[in-house]
Amino acid sequence: MSARPGLEVVRAGALTTVQDLGRPGFAHLGVTGSGALDLPAHRAANRLVGNPDACATLETTLTGCALRALAPVVVAVTGAPAPVRVDGAPAPWGAPVSLAVGQVLDVGTAVAGVRSHVAVAGGVDAAPVLGSRSTDLLSGLGPAPLRDGDLLAVGAPGAAPVGGPVGVPLPGPPEELALPVVLGPRADWFTPAALTTLWRGTWTVSSASNRVGLRLDGPALERARTDELASEGMVLGAIQVPPEGRPIVFLADHPVTGGYPVVGVVPAAALAAVAQATPGTPVRFTPSSVTPSS
Amino acid sequence: MIVHPVGRAALLVELDDLAGAQAFHAEVERRRADGRVVVRDVVPAARTVLLDGFATPDAARRVAADAPGWSVPPLVADDGPLVTLRVRFDGPDLDDVARCWDVAPADVVARLTTTELRVAFGGFAPGFGYLAGLPDELAVPRRATPRTVVPAGAVALAGTWAGVYPRESPGGWQIVGTAVDAALWDVDRDPPALLVPGTRVRFEDDA
Repeated sequence: MSARPGLEVVRAGALTTVQDLGRPGFAHLGVTGSGALDLPAHRAANRLVGNPDACATLETTLTGCALRALAPVVVAVTGAPAPVRVDGAPAPWGAPVSLAVGQVLDVGTAVAGVRSHVAVAGGVDAAPVLGSRSTDLLSGLGPAPLRDGDLLAVGAPGAAPVGGPVGVPLPGPPEELALPVVLGPRADWFTPAALTTLWRGTWTVSSASNRVGLRLDGPALERARTDELASEGMVLGAIQVPPEGRPIVFLADHPVTGGYPVVGVVPAAALAAVAQATPGTPVRFTPSSVTPSS
Repeated sequence: MIVHPVGRAALLVELDDLAGAQAFHAEVERRRADGRVVVRDVVPAARTVLLDGFATPDAARRVAADAPGWSVPPLVADDGPLVTLRVRFDGPDLDDVARCWDVAPADVVARLTTTELRVAFGGFAPGFGYLAGLPDELAVPRRATPRTVVPAGAVALAGTWAGVYPRESPGGWQIVGTAVDAALWDVDRDPPALLVPGTRVRFEDDA
């Protein structure tokens, strides 16, 4: 590995973490999947700088971040749209940007959405843990969230040409989330009225949302059973309903087991939009079958 | 056995009890080992086994249809690797557990060092294993007020479960001792957890 200090963190922002495709296969040991919340944005950023999808990028939260180049690097910003500047001069979002030694890339506060992704050619070369460079905020695995003054190693750029192709559109953040839901496994723990509420109710994204889960303000879902559910395995996208009734949609850093019933599951493909939903965004749930309709 | 679909790529298989879940989990692992079942994560729990990350909805459906017909042998008691943990029985709740069991503290130690436990499942934190094997009549309540800090290595009881905290964390279990020199979690080891589901565990008094 030709790890070299490539970037210095000038401004870490509210919460900037290293993320890749995550840490699958260790759930039975208590390790969650982790990885970028907005995977299409992560992949697009990587492709813009010529990286494979598995290279680690930086995931910012609302307020962006600023990075000084310690070596010549090519970077790209995707995900939540934000003003991009190099040494104060406007630079493109969603396109490769070259930085000379000493130049500072500033990703500003998101003008929409929550999480921007910053890729660097060669990838952020933090030490992998269980095969992944992702920060897992639930159990503290992987690199710590960025702090001002941190130095980030950058891997050797690959042979892929910089700039493309970007195989996915760069979606704008949602004004409203309409989330598909496959009912179960514990839909029978809820009253018929609760299931009617699930399909007809409107919630809003709570500011308590994080990488563990999307928390919602709005109507409570009433349980038909009051006994305790023995803890059971939890999947990404599970809609867990704690006793107070407000649903939580589990995101990448979710606990691998839980003792509250799961009324339904949001398929993973719908979760990129969840990653970009700002507090206050209206949320509805729509019934979906196991097989996605084409 | 009830097989619940979970989203598009997972199944939650519900068994009658812990013994049923452990036996079914062992069968799933046998079928994974020889390629008859291909799935990313298998998460055993108290009465369920989650199979998460099938390649396609059809793959999940096939297993859902087949699993009730699998021949699942009961778990063999002395099956699985054995880990012996040296424990210093100096926990702040040892006396409370003794009162709950209506025995002397030394009898708690004697009981815990002569009972073979088994890692049923993980989940609370990386490297934490829920250890089964204590009988129902020795169930202890959780502490009324959880501790904000339980030290790494703490050996603790809750309900009929025993567990060893792999690192410092909050916790409400009754602490009876401290595991000595036990590397419960090491990301550079394969597997990183010492207490993998299916592992047998014995406590040895370090006094």
